[in-house]
Amino acid sequence: MELLALVKHDCPVCDQVLPVLDAARQRGAAIRILSQSGPEETEAQAQRLNLAHVPELDRDLKLSARFDPDAVPTLVLLDGGSEADRVEGLDRARLAELARRAGAPLELDGLPERRPGCASLTRDPVVAARLAARAARETGRLRARELELGELEDPFEALFDRGFSDGLPLVPPTPERVVDMLDATSRDAQDLVAAVPPYDGQATVEKVAINAVMAGCPPAVFPILLAAVDAACDPAFALLGLVSTTHPSGPLVVVSGPLSERVGMNSAGNALGQGNRATLTVGRALQLVVRNVGGGRPGQEDRAAHGQPGKLSSCFAERLEDSPWPGLAQDRGVPPEETGVTLVAAEAPRVIVDQLARTPWELCASLAGGLEWVGHRRLRLAFDAVLVLGPEHGRILREAGWDRDRVRQELFERSRAPAGELVRGAGGIAEGLEERFVTDPAAPVPKFAAPERILLAHAGGDAGLFSMVYGGWVAGEIGSEPVTRSVAPWQ
Amino acid sequence: MRILDPTREAAPGGRPLAERRLAAGRPATIALLDIRKPRGDVFLDELERLLSERGHTVLRTAKPTFTKPAPADLRSEIADRCEAVIEALAD
Repeated sequence: MELLALVKHDCPVCDQVLPVLDAARQRGAAIRILSQSGPEETEAQAQRLNLAHVPELDRDLKLSARFDPDAVPTLVLLDGGSEADRVEGLDRARLAELARRAGAPLELDGLPERRPGCASLTRDPVVAARLAARAARETGRLRARELELGELEDPFEALFDRGFSDGLPLVPPTPERVVDMLDATSRDAQDLVAAVPPYDGQATVEKVAINAVMAGCPPAVFPILLAAVDAACDPAFALLGLVSTTHPSGPLVVVSGPLSERVGMNSAGNALGQGNRATLTVGRALQLVVRNVGGGRPGQEDRAAHGQPGKLSSCFAERLEDSPWPGLAQDRGVPPEETGVTLVAAEAPRVIVDQLARTPWELCASLAGGLEWVGHRRLRLAFDAVLVLGPEHGRILREAGWDRDRVRQELFERSRAPAGELVRGAGGIAEGLEERFVTDPAAPVPKFAAPERILLAHAGGDAGLFSMVYGGWVAGEIGSEPVTRSVAPWQ
Repeated sequence: MRILDPTREAAPGGRPLAERRLAAGRPATIALLDIRKPRGDVFLDELERLLSERGHTVLRTAKPTFTKPAPADLRSEIADRCEAVIEALAD
Protein backbone atom coordinates (compact mmCIF):
# COMPACT_ATOMS: atom_id res chain seq x y z
CA MET A 1 0.00 0.00 0.00
CA GLU A 2 1.22 3.49 -0.75
CA LEU A 3 -0.23 7.00 -0.74
CA LEU A 4 -0.40 9.50 -3.56
CA ALA A 5 -1.29 13.13 -2.89
CA LEU A 6 -2.45 15.70 -5.43
CA VAL A 7 -2.13 19.38 -4.48
CA LYS A 8 -1.86 22.79 -6.13
CA HIS A 9 -0.02 25.96 -5.19
CA ASP A 10 -2.90 28.37 -4.67
CA CYS A 11 -5.03 26.24 -2.35
CA PRO A 12 -5.06 27.19 1.38
CA VAL A 13 -6.21 23.70 2.35
CA CYS A 14 -3.25 22.21 0.47
CA ASP A 15 -1.06 24.63 2.45
CA GLN A 16 -2.43 23.10 5.65
CA VAL A 17 -2.02 19.46 4.65
CA LEU A 18 1.27 19.64 2.74
CA PRO A 19 3.58 20.11 5.79
CA VAL A 20 1.96 17.05 7.42
CA LEU A 21 2.54 14.92 4.31
CA ASP A 22 6.08 16.30 3.90
CA ALA A 23 6.92 15.43 7.51
CA ALA A 24 5.62 11.87 7.10
CA ARG A 25 7.73 11.51 3.99
CA GLN A 26 10.74 12.72 5.94
CA ARG A 27 10.10 9.86 8.34
CA GLY A 28 10.27 7.43 5.42
CA ALA A 29 6.55 6.96 4.69
CA ALA A 30 5.66 5.84 1.15
CA ILE A 31 3.91 9.03 0.06
CA ARG A 32 4.22 10.47 -3.40
CA ILE A 33 3.24 14.16 -3.52
CA LEU A 34 2.39 15.72 -6.88
CA SER A 35 1.47 19.30 -7.69
CA GLN A 36 -0.91 20.34 -10.47
CA SER A 37 0.85 23.74 -10.63
CA GLY A 38 3.85 24.83 -12.68
CA PRO A 39 7.49 24.41 -11.57
CA GLU A 40 8.05 27.97 -10.31
CA GLU A 41 4.80 28.12 -8.39
CA THR A 42 5.44 24.71 -6.85
CA GLU A 43 8.95 25.71 -5.81
CA ALA A 44 7.65 28.94 -4.27
CA GLN A 45 4.98 27.07 -2.32
CA ALA A 46 7.57 24.60 -0.96
CA GLN A 47 9.74 27.51 0.19
CA ARG A 48 6.82 29.34 1.73
CA LEU A 49 5.84 26.24 3.74
CA ASN A 50 9.45 25.24 4.56
CA LEU A 51 8.99 21.80 3.03
CA ALA A 52 11.92 19.39 3.00
CA HIS A 53 10.97 18.20 -0.49
CA VAL A 54 9.59 20.15 -3.36
CA PRO A 55 6.50 18.25 -4.64
CA GLU A 56 6.84 16.47 -7.98
CA LEU A 57 5.11 18.05 -10.93
CA ASP A 58 2.09 16.25 -12.36
CA ARG A 59 3.26 16.93 -15.90
CA ASP A 60 0.42 17.36 -18.41
CA LEU A 61 -1.87 16.59 -15.46
CA LYS A 62 -1.61 12.93 -16.38
CA LEU A 63 -2.26 11.54 -12.89
CA SER A 64 -4.82 14.24 -12.12
CA ALA A 65 -6.69 13.25 -15.26
CA ARG A 66 -6.44 9.57 -14.33
CA PHE A 67 -7.83 10.00 -10.80
CA ASP A 68 -10.06 12.90 -11.84
CA PRO A 69 -10.70 14.44 -8.38
CA ASP A 70 -13.24 17.20 -7.85
CA ALA A 71 -11.04 18.86 -5.23
CA VAL A 72 -7.48 19.04 -3.91
CA PRO A 73 -5.80 18.09 -1.72
CA THR A 74 -6.67 14.53 -2.67
CA LEU A 75 -5.04 11.62 -0.91
CA VAL A 76 -5.30 8.32 -2.82
CA LEU A 77 -4.58 4.96 -1.24
CA LEU A 78 -3.00 2.70 -3.84
CA ASP A 79 -2.90 -1.04 -3.67
CA GLY A 80 -0.61 -2.45 -6.32
CA GLY A 81 -1.12 0.65 -8.45
CA SER A 82 -4.93 0.54 -8.25
CA GLU A 83 -7.01 2.93 -6.23
CA ALA A 84 -8.25 1.35 -2.99
CA ASP A 85 -9.65 4.49 -1.33
CA ARG A 86 -9.38 8.28 -1.40
CA VAL A 87 -10.03 11.44 0.61
CA GLU A 88 -10.77 14.74 -1.12
CA GLY A 89 -10.27 17.86 0.98
CA LEU A 90 -9.31 17.86 4.64
CA ASP A 91 -11.02 15.21 6.80
CA ARG A 92 -8.85 14.31 9.77
CA ALA A 93 -10.51 11.03 10.64
CA ARG A 94 -10.45 9.76 7.07
CA LEU A 95 -6.89 10.95 6.46
CA ALA A 96 -5.80 9.12 9.61
CA GLU A 97 -7.60 5.99 8.44
CA LEU A 98 -5.92 5.97 5.02
CA ALA A 99 -2.53 6.68 6.59
CA ARG A 100 -2.99 3.79 9.01
CA ARG A 101 -3.89 1.39 6.19
CA ALA A 102 -0.83 2.53 4.26
CA GLY A 103 1.38 2.11 7.34
CA ALA A 104 2.37 5.76 7.16
CA PRO A 105 1.01 7.57 10.23
CA LEU A 106 0.32 11.30 9.86
CA GLU A 107 0.71 13.97 12.56
CA LEU A 108 -2.66 15.66 12.18
CA ASP A 109 -2.81 17.51 15.52
CA GLY A 110 -3.72 21.17 15.13
CA LEU A 111 -5.56 20.70 11.84
CA PRO A 112 -9.31 21.37 11.69
CA GLU A 113 -11.58 18.34 11.72
CA ARG A 114 -12.99 19.06 8.30
CA ARG A 115 -12.41 21.57 5.56
CA PRO A 116 -13.48 21.30 1.94
CA GLY A 117 -10.66 21.47 -0.57
CA CYS A 118 -10.25 23.73 -3.59
CA ALA A 119 -11.40 22.82 -7.08
CA SER A 120 -8.93 20.55 -8.85
CA LEU A 121 -7.20 22.23 -11.77
CA THR A 122 -8.82 19.56 -13.96
CA ARG A 123 -12.17 21.20 -13.16
CA ASP A 124 -11.10 24.47 -14.81
CA PRO A 125 -13.29 24.52 -17.96
CA VAL A 126 -10.38 25.34 -20.27
CA VAL A 127 -8.15 22.66 -18.75
CA ALA A 128 -11.00 20.12 -18.70
CA ALA A 129 -11.65 20.71 -22.40
CA ARG A 130 -7.94 20.27 -23.17
CA LEU A 131 -7.81 17.03 -21.23
CA ALA A 132 -10.99 15.73 -22.89
CA ALA A 133 -9.48 16.47 -26.30
CA ARG A 134 -6.28 14.68 -25.37
CA ALA A 135 -8.20 11.67 -24.12
CA ALA A 136 -10.31 11.67 -27.30
CA ARG A 137 -7.17 11.50 -29.42
CA GLU A 138 -5.64 8.75 -27.27
CA THR A 139 -8.75 6.59 -27.44
CA GLY A 140 -9.26 7.03 -31.19
CA ARG A 141 -12.39 9.14 -30.80
CA LEU A 142 -10.58 11.86 -32.73
CA ARG A 143 -8.81 10.61 -35.83
CA ALA A 144 -8.89 13.62 -38.14
CA ARG A 145 -5.55 15.03 -39.19
CA GLU A 146 -4.35 17.89 -36.97
CA LEU A 147 -3.31 21.06 -38.77
CA GLU A 148 -0.94 23.44 -37.03
CA LEU A 149 -1.61 27.10 -37.71
CA GLY A 150 1.44 29.33 -37.62
CA GLU A 151 1.98 31.57 -34.61
CA LEU A 152 1.79 34.63 -36.82
CA GLU A 153 -1.23 33.41 -38.74
CA ASP A 154 -4.63 34.88 -37.99
CA PRO A 155 -6.71 31.70 -37.55
CA PHE A 156 -9.71 33.23 -39.29
CA GLU A 157 -7.65 34.22 -42.32
CA ALA A 158 -5.95 30.80 -42.26
CA LEU A 159 -9.29 29.03 -42.63
CA PHE A 160 -10.09 31.14 -45.69
CA ASP A 161 -6.60 30.51 -47.11
CA ARG A 162 -6.96 26.75 -46.77
CA GLY A 163 -10.20 26.78 -48.77
CA PHE A 164 -12.52 25.56 -46.02
CA SER A 165 -14.87 28.55 -46.08
CA ASP A 166 -18.17 29.22 -47.83
CA GLY A 167 -17.16 32.88 -48.04
CA LEU A 168 -17.95 33.83 -44.45
CA PRO A 169 -15.67 33.57 -41.42
CA LEU A 170 -15.48 30.17 -39.72
CA VAL A 171 -15.04 29.19 -36.10
CA PRO A 172 -11.63 27.45 -35.82
CA PRO A 173 -12.34 23.72 -35.25
CA THR A 174 -10.01 23.11 -32.32
CA PRO A 175 -10.00 19.57 -30.86
CA GLU A 176 -11.63 20.95 -27.71
CA ARG A 177 -14.58 22.42 -29.60
CA VAL A 178 -14.99 19.29 -31.71
CA VAL A 179 -15.08 17.06 -28.60
CA ASP A 180 -17.72 19.35 -27.15
CA MET A 181 -19.78 18.85 -30.33
CA LEU A 182 -19.28 15.07 -30.25
CA ASP A 183 -20.63 15.00 -26.70
CA ALA A 184 -24.02 16.09 -28.10
CA THR A 185 -24.68 12.69 -29.69
CA SER A 186 -24.54 9.16 -28.33
CA ARG A 187 -23.16 7.94 -31.65
CA ASP A 188 -19.54 6.82 -31.93
CA ALA A 189 -17.33 9.51 -33.42
CA GLN A 190 -16.12 7.12 -36.08
CA ASP A 191 -19.59 5.96 -37.20
CA LEU A 192 -20.06 6.64 -40.89
CA VAL A 193 -22.97 9.01 -41.50
CA ALA A 194 -22.79 8.97 -45.29
CA ALA A 195 -20.58 9.05 -48.36
CA VAL A 196 -20.92 12.63 -49.56
CA PRO A 197 -20.99 13.53 -53.27
CA PRO A 198 -19.41 14.56 -55.53
CA TYR A 199 -16.29 12.60 -54.50
CA ASP A 200 -17.98 10.28 -52.00
CA GLY A 201 -16.02 11.67 -49.07
CA GLN A 202 -16.56 9.59 -45.95
CA ALA A 203 -18.53 11.74 -43.51
CA THR A 204 -17.91 10.22 -40.11
CA VAL A 205 -19.65 11.71 -37.10
CA GLU A 206 -16.28 13.33 -36.32
CA LYS A 207 -15.97 14.97 -39.75
CA VAL A 208 -19.51 16.32 -39.52
CA ALA A 209 -18.69 17.65 -36.03
CA ILE A 210 -15.63 19.50 -37.35
CA ASN A 211 -17.74 21.22 -39.99
CA ALA A 212 -20.48 21.89 -37.43
CA VAL A 213 -17.97 23.71 -35.25
CA MET A 214 -16.79 25.79 -38.21
CA ALA A 215 -20.40 26.68 -39.08
CA GLY A 216 -20.97 27.89 -35.53
CA CYS A 217 -23.49 25.20 -34.54
CA PRO A 218 -24.51 25.11 -30.89
CA PRO A 219 -23.89 21.46 -29.89
CA ALA A 220 -27.60 20.93 -29.18
CA VAL A 221 -28.39 21.02 -32.92
CA PHE A 222 -25.77 18.41 -33.82
CA PRO A 223 -28.19 15.41 -33.96
CA ILE A 224 -30.43 17.40 -36.33
CA LEU A 225 -27.44 18.09 -38.56
CA LEU A 226 -26.42 14.42 -38.56
CA ALA A 227 -29.93 13.41 -39.65
CA ALA A 228 -29.81 16.08 -42.38
CA VAL A 229 -26.47 14.81 -43.73
CA ASP A 230 -27.81 11.26 -43.72
CA ALA A 231 -30.94 12.34 -45.61
CA ALA A 232 -29.08 14.52 -48.13
CA CYS A 233 -26.85 11.60 -49.11
CA ASP A 234 -29.71 9.17 -49.74
CA PRO A 235 -29.39 8.26 -53.46
CA ALA A 236 -33.04 9.29 -54.01
CA PHE A 237 -32.07 12.87 -53.15
CA ALA A 238 -29.55 12.92 -56.06
CA LEU A 239 -27.11 15.22 -54.28
CA LEU A 240 -24.42 14.68 -56.92
CA GLY A 241 -26.71 16.14 -59.57
CA LEU A 242 -27.89 18.87 -57.23
CA VAL A 243 -24.34 19.97 -56.47
CA SER A 244 -23.29 19.99 -60.11
CA THR A 245 -26.39 21.45 -61.76
CA THR A 246 -26.50 24.88 -63.42
CA HIS A 247 -29.89 25.42 -61.66
CA PRO A 248 -29.77 27.54 -58.47
CA SER A 249 -31.24 24.89 -56.15
CA GLY A 250 -29.54 23.56 -53.07
CA PRO A 251 -30.52 21.39 -50.12
CA LEU A 252 -33.30 22.84 -47.95
CA VAL A 253 -33.69 21.37 -44.45
CA VAL A 254 -37.20 21.46 -42.94
CA VAL A 255 -37.20 20.56 -39.24
CA SER A 256 -40.47 19.29 -37.77
CA GLY A 257 -41.02 18.30 -34.16
CA PRO A 258 -40.49 19.17 -30.52
CA LEU A 259 -36.69 19.18 -30.64
CA SER A 260 -36.63 22.27 -32.85
CA GLU A 261 -37.92 24.48 -30.05
CA ARG A 262 -35.73 22.81 -27.42
CA VAL A 263 -32.57 23.58 -29.38
CA GLY A 264 -33.66 27.18 -29.92
CA MET A 265 -34.93 27.13 -33.49
CA ASN A 266 -37.30 29.93 -34.39
CA SER A 267 -40.44 28.92 -36.27
CA ALA A 268 -42.24 32.25 -35.82
CA GLY A 269 -41.42 35.75 -37.12
CA ASN A 270 -38.53 35.66 -39.62
CA ALA A 271 -38.51 31.84 -39.51
CA LEU A 272 -36.92 31.72 -42.97
CA GLY A 273 -34.69 34.71 -42.39
CA GLN A 274 -31.80 35.91 -40.28
CA GLY A 275 -31.27 36.14 -36.55
CA ASN A 276 -31.48 32.54 -35.38
CA ARG A 277 -28.26 30.67 -34.77
CA ALA A 278 -29.74 27.16 -34.56
CA THR A 279 -31.44 27.12 -37.96
CA LEU A 280 -28.83 29.12 -39.84
CA THR A 281 -25.92 27.00 -38.65
CA VAL A 282 -27.61 23.68 -39.46
CA GLY A 283 -28.13 24.79 -43.06
CA ARG A 284 -24.63 26.22 -43.21
CA ALA A 285 -22.96 23.15 -41.71
CA LEU A 286 -24.67 20.87 -44.22
CA GLN A 287 -23.26 22.95 -47.08
CA LEU A 288 -19.81 22.94 -45.44
CA VAL A 289 -19.95 19.13 -45.27
CA VAL A 290 -20.76 19.08 -49.00
CA ARG A 291 -17.86 21.43 -49.68
CA ASN A 292 -15.19 19.98 -47.41
CA VAL A 293 -16.07 16.30 -47.11
CA GLY A 294 -17.83 15.88 -50.46
CA GLY A 295 -15.55 18.22 -52.37
CA GLY A 296 -18.26 20.27 -54.11
CA ARG A 297 -16.95 23.78 -54.67
CA PRO A 298 -18.66 26.68 -56.46
CA GLY A 299 -17.25 27.33 -59.89
CA GLN A 300 -15.66 23.90 -60.00
CA GLU A 301 -17.87 20.91 -59.25
CA ASP A 302 -20.81 23.24 -58.51
CA ARG A 303 -21.77 24.72 -61.89
CA ALA A 304 -24.69 26.90 -60.77
CA ALA A 305 -25.34 29.76 -63.17
CA HIS A 306 -26.49 32.07 -60.41
CA GLY A 307 -26.80 30.12 -57.20
CA GLN A 308 -28.85 31.87 -54.52
CA PRO A 309 -28.35 33.03 -50.92
CA GLY A 310 -29.88 29.78 -49.61
CA LYS A 311 -26.80 27.92 -50.81
CA LEU A 312 -25.04 29.42 -47.81
CA SER A 313 -27.74 28.07 -45.53
CA SER A 314 -31.32 26.94 -46.08
CA CYS A 315 -33.12 25.59 -43.05
CA PHE A 316 -36.28 26.41 -41.15
CA ALA A 317 -38.35 24.89 -38.37
CA GLU A 318 -42.07 24.24 -38.64
CA ARG A 319 -44.52 26.04 -36.37
CA LEU A 320 -46.63 23.12 -35.21
CA GLU A 321 -48.57 24.46 -32.21
CA ASP A 322 -51.26 26.09 -34.38
CA SER A 323 -50.61 24.38 -37.70
CA PRO A 324 -53.61 23.15 -39.70
CA TRP A 325 -51.87 19.75 -39.98
CA PRO A 326 -49.13 17.60 -38.43
CA GLY A 327 -45.54 18.36 -39.38
CA LEU A 328 -44.08 17.57 -42.79
CA ALA A 329 -41.79 14.88 -41.38
CA GLN A 330 -44.67 13.35 -39.42
CA ASP A 331 -46.76 13.26 -42.60
CA ARG A 332 -43.88 11.38 -44.17
CA GLY A 333 -43.63 8.69 -41.51
CA VAL A 334 -41.75 10.08 -38.50
CA PRO A 335 -43.64 9.25 -35.25
CA PRO A 336 -45.49 12.27 -33.78
CA GLU A 337 -43.40 12.43 -30.61
CA GLU A 338 -40.14 12.44 -32.57
CA THR A 339 -38.46 15.18 -34.54
CA GLY A 340 -37.69 14.71 -38.21
CA VAL A 341 -35.87 16.49 -41.00
CA THR A 342 -37.03 16.62 -44.59
CA LEU A 343 -34.50 17.44 -47.29
CA VAL A 344 -35.80 19.11 -50.43
CA ALA A 345 -33.83 20.30 -53.45
CA ALA A 346 -35.04 23.88 -53.49
CA GLU A 347 -34.37 27.30 -54.95
CA ALA A 348 -34.74 30.56 -53.00
CA PRO A 349 -38.15 31.15 -51.42
CA ARG A 350 -40.49 33.89 -52.56
CA VAL A 351 -43.69 35.31 -51.22
CA ILE A 352 -47.29 34.92 -52.33
CA VAL A 353 -49.28 37.89 -51.07
CA ASP A 354 -53.03 37.52 -50.64
CA GLN A 355 -54.58 39.85 -48.10
CA LEU A 356 -58.17 39.53 -49.27
CA ALA A 357 -58.92 35.80 -49.30
CA ARG A 358 -61.19 34.78 -46.43
CA THR A 359 -62.33 31.35 -47.56
CA PRO A 360 -60.22 28.26 -48.20
CA TRP A 361 -61.40 28.20 -51.82
CA GLU A 362 -60.28 31.77 -52.45
CA LEU A 363 -56.98 31.18 -50.71
CA CYS A 364 -56.15 27.94 -52.54
CA ALA A 365 -57.00 29.49 -55.89
CA SER A 366 -54.61 32.30 -55.12
CA LEU A 367 -51.80 30.09 -53.86
CA ALA A 368 -52.18 27.76 -56.84
CA GLY A 369 -51.64 30.73 -59.14
CA GLY A 370 -48.37 31.46 -57.38
CA LEU A 371 -47.31 27.83 -57.51
CA GLU A 372 -47.84 27.69 -61.26
CA TRP A 373 -44.83 29.95 -61.75
CA VAL A 374 -42.32 27.61 -60.12
CA GLY A 375 -39.60 27.30 -62.76
CA HIS A 376 -41.84 28.70 -65.47
CA ARG A 377 -45.60 28.57 -65.89
CA ARG A 378 -45.16 26.68 -69.15
CA LEU A 379 -43.02 23.96 -67.56
CA ARG A 380 -45.27 21.19 -66.28
CA LEU A 381 -44.77 18.01 -64.21
CA ALA A 382 -41.05 18.75 -63.85
CA PHE A 383 -40.80 20.55 -60.51
CA ASP A 384 -42.10 19.97 -56.99
CA ALA A 385 -42.62 22.81 -54.52
CA VAL A 386 -42.66 23.47 -50.80
CA LEU A 387 -45.48 25.81 -49.80
CA VAL A 388 -44.92 27.36 -46.37
CA LEU A 389 -48.24 28.64 -45.09
CA GLY A 390 -47.98 31.70 -42.90
CA PRO A 391 -50.12 31.47 -39.72
CA GLU A 392 -52.67 33.99 -40.99
CA HIS A 393 -53.20 31.96 -44.16
CA GLY A 394 -53.00 28.73 -42.16
CA ARG A 395 -55.79 29.92 -39.85
CA ILE A 396 -58.22 30.18 -42.77
CA LEU A 397 -57.57 26.53 -43.65
CA ARG A 398 -57.55 25.34 -40.03
CA GLU A 399 -60.83 27.02 -39.18
CA ALA A 400 -62.41 25.54 -42.30
CA GLY A 401 -61.19 22.09 -41.23
CA TRP A 402 -59.21 21.53 -44.42
CA ASP A 403 -56.51 18.94 -43.81
CA ARG A 404 -53.31 18.45 -45.76
CA ASP A 405 -54.86 16.10 -48.33
CA ARG A 406 -57.75 18.43 -49.00
CA VAL A 407 -55.47 21.44 -49.49
CA ARG A 408 -53.04 19.56 -51.72
CA GLN A 409 -55.88 18.26 -53.88
CA GLU A 410 -57.32 21.76 -54.23
CA LEU A 411 -53.92 23.25 -55.13
CA PHE A 412 -53.26 20.42 -57.59
CA GLU A 413 -56.53 20.98 -59.41
CA ARG A 414 -56.36 24.76 -59.39
CA SER A 415 -52.81 24.85 -60.76
CA ARG A 416 -53.87 23.06 -63.93
CA ALA A 417 -54.02 25.12 -67.12
CA PRO A 418 -55.35 24.57 -70.68
CA ALA A 419 -52.76 22.97 -72.95
CA GLY A 420 -53.31 25.65 -75.58
CA GLU A 421 -51.95 28.31 -73.21
CA LEU A 422 -48.85 26.27 -72.51
CA VAL A 423 -47.75 25.15 -75.96
CA ARG A 424 -44.43 26.32 -77.36
CA GLY A 425 -44.76 29.57 -79.24
CA ALA A 426 -48.15 30.61 -77.77
CA GLY A 427 -48.18 34.32 -76.97
CA GLY A 428 -44.76 34.73 -78.54
CA ILE A 429 -43.06 32.67 -75.82
CA ALA A 430 -40.79 29.92 -77.13
CA GLU A 431 -40.75 27.92 -73.88
CA GLY A 432 -43.56 25.44 -73.37
CA LEU A 433 -45.06 22.05 -74.12
CA GLU A 434 -44.04 20.32 -77.32
CA GLU A 435 -46.76 20.63 -79.93
CA ARG A 436 -47.01 16.87 -80.41
CA PHE A 437 -48.28 16.51 -76.84
CA VAL A 438 -51.07 19.03 -77.35
CA THR A 439 -53.94 17.30 -79.10
CA ASP A 440 -56.75 19.20 -77.36
CA PRO A 441 -55.97 22.88 -76.56
CA ALA A 442 -58.69 22.89 -73.89
CA ALA A 443 -57.36 19.85 -72.05
CA PRO A 444 -56.15 20.81 -68.57
CA VAL A 445 -52.49 20.05 -67.89
CA PRO A 446 -51.47 19.76 -64.24
CA LYS A 447 -48.55 21.81 -62.95
CA PHE A 448 -47.47 19.04 -60.59
CA ALA A 449 -47.08 15.34 -61.21
CA ALA A 450 -49.38 14.52 -58.27
CA PRO A 451 -51.02 16.34 -55.32
CA GLU A 452 -48.38 14.78 -53.00
CA ARG A 453 -45.67 16.59 -54.93
CA ILE A 454 -46.81 19.83 -53.28
CA LEU A 455 -45.15 19.72 -49.86
CA LEU A 456 -47.00 21.73 -47.23
CA ALA A 457 -45.40 23.28 -44.16
CA HIS A 458 -46.44 25.91 -41.61
CA ALA A 459 -44.14 28.63 -40.25
CA GLY A 460 -43.90 32.37 -39.75
CA GLY A 461 -44.96 35.26 -37.58
CA ASP A 462 -48.40 36.00 -36.19
CA ALA A 463 -49.13 38.89 -38.53
CA GLY A 464 -48.98 38.97 -42.32
CA LEU A 465 -51.33 37.40 -44.87
CA PHE A 466 -48.44 35.84 -46.73
CA SER A 467 -47.19 32.41 -47.64
CA MET A 468 -43.83 31.40 -49.07
CA VAL A 469 -42.93 29.08 -51.94
CA TYR A 470 -39.71 27.19 -52.45
CA GLY A 471 -39.56 25.99 -56.05
CA GLY A 472 -37.92 22.62 -56.56
CA TRP A 473 -35.28 21.25 -58.86
CA VAL A 474 -35.90 18.45 -61.38
CA ALA A 475 -38.20 16.25 -59.35
CA GLY A 476 -39.23 12.67 -58.86
CA GLU A 477 -37.44 9.57 -60.08
CA ILE A 478 -35.61 11.39 -62.85
CA GLY A 479 -34.29 13.99 -60.41
CA SER A 480 -34.41 14.61 -56.70
CA GLU A 481 -37.03 13.17 -54.36
CA PRO A 482 -37.61 14.65 -50.88
CA VAL A 483 -36.03 12.50 -48.16
CA THR A 484 -37.18 12.44 -44.53
CA ARG A 485 -35.29 11.08 -41.54
CA SER A 486 -36.03 10.90 -37.83
CA VAL A 487 -33.49 12.69 -35.65
CA ALA A 488 -33.89 10.05 -32.89
CA PRO A 489 -31.17 7.64 -34.14
CA TRP A 490 -28.68 10.52 -34.07
CA GLN A 491 -29.37 11.81 -30.56
CA MET B 1 -3.25 26.88 -32.65
CA ARG B 2 -4.11 23.35 -33.70
CA ILE B 3 -7.27 22.61 -35.65
CA LEU B 4 -8.80 19.47 -37.09
CA ASP B 5 -8.94 18.93 -40.83
CA PRO B 6 -12.56 19.33 -42.02
CA THR B 7 -11.93 17.68 -45.40
CA ARG B 8 -11.93 14.07 -46.52
CA GLU B 9 -8.11 14.26 -46.33
CA ALA B 10 -7.59 13.06 -49.87
CA ALA B 11 -6.90 15.08 -52.95
CA PRO B 12 -9.40 14.05 -55.64
CA GLY B 13 -8.05 10.74 -56.87
CA GLY B 14 -6.41 11.50 -60.17
CA ARG B 15 -7.72 9.00 -62.70
CA PRO B 16 -5.38 7.84 -65.44
CA LEU B 17 -6.82 8.34 -68.92
CA ALA B 18 -7.89 5.17 -70.69
CA GLU B 19 -5.67 3.87 -73.46
CA ARG B 20 -6.15 5.89 -76.69
CA ARG B 21 -7.97 3.64 -79.11
CA LEU B 22 -8.50 6.01 -82.02
CA ALA B 23 -5.99 6.05 -84.84
CA ALA B 24 -5.93 8.71 -87.56
CA GLY B 25 -7.52 7.62 -90.82
CA ARG B 26 -8.94 4.36 -89.43
CA PRO B 27 -12.73 3.96 -89.12
CA ALA B 28 -13.89 3.53 -85.54
CA THR B 29 -17.02 2.80 -83.52
CA ILE B 30 -17.97 5.96 -81.65
CA ALA B 31 -20.69 6.21 -79.00
CA LEU B 32 -22.89 9.27 -78.80
CA LEU B 33 -24.16 9.49 -75.23
CA ASP B 34 -27.24 11.67 -74.94
CA ILE B 35 -27.45 13.04 -71.39
CA ARG B 36 -31.17 13.82 -71.94
CA LYS B 37 -31.20 17.59 -71.89
CA PRO B 38 -33.78 19.19 -74.20
CA ARG B 39 -32.61 19.45 -77.80
CA GLY B 40 -29.40 17.55 -77.15
CA ASP B 41 -30.63 15.08 -79.78
CA VAL B 42 -30.55 17.81 -82.46
CA PHE B 43 -26.84 18.30 -81.86
CA LEU B 44 -26.16 14.56 -81.70
CA ASP B 45 -28.09 13.89 -84.94
CA GLU B 46 -25.78 16.30 -86.70
CA LEU B 47 -22.69 14.71 -85.18
CA GLU B 48 -23.92 11.28 -86.23
CA ARG B 49 -24.32 12.49 -89.81
CA LEU B 50 -20.82 13.97 -89.88
CA LEU B 51 -19.21 10.91 -88.33
CA SER B 52 -21.04 8.51 -90.65
CA GLU B 53 -19.93 10.53 -93.70
CA ARG B 54 -16.36 9.95 -92.54
CA GLY B 55 -16.86 6.19 -92.37
CA HIS B 56 -17.28 5.79 -88.64
CA THR B 57 -19.86 3.53 -87.03
CA VAL B 58 -22.05 5.37 -84.53
CA LEU B 59 -23.65 3.81 -81.46
CA ARG B 60 -26.46 5.98 -80.05
CA THR B 61 -26.87 5.66 -76.29
CA ALA B 62 -28.62 7.72 -73.63
CA LYS B 63 -28.57 8.22 -69.88
CA PRO B 64 -31.96 7.70 -68.18
CA THR B 65 -31.77 11.25 -66.78
CA PHE B 66 -29.27 14.10 -66.88
CA THR B 67 -29.50 14.52 -63.10
CA LYS B 68 -27.71 11.27 -62.28
CA PRO B 69 -24.56 9.50 -63.45
CA ALA B 70 -24.80 7.01 -66.33
CA PRO B 71 -25.55 3.49 -65.05
CA ALA B 72 -22.56 1.17 -64.76
CA ASP B 73 -23.82 -1.31 -67.39
CA LEU B 74 -24.24 1.50 -69.92
CA ARG B 75 -20.70 2.69 -69.24
CA SER B 76 -19.28 -0.80 -69.64
CA GLU B 77 -21.26 -1.38 -72.85
CA ILE B 78 -19.72 1.78 -74.32
CA ALA B 79 -16.26 0.77 -73.11
CA ASP B 80 -16.63 -2.73 -74.61
CA ARG B 81 -18.05 -1.75 -77.98
CA CYS B 82 -16.55 1.63 -78.82
CA GLU B 83 -13.20 3.26 -79.38
CA ALA B 84 -14.45 6.68 -78.27
CA VAL B 85 -17.47 8.39 -76.75
CA ILE B 86 -18.94 11.87 -77.16
CA GLU B 87 -21.18 12.90 -74.26
CA ALA B 88 -23.62 15.68 -75.00
CA LEU B 89 -25.29 18.09 -74.73
CA ALA B 90 -25.08 19.99 -71.47
CA ASP B 91 -25.90 23.67 -70.95
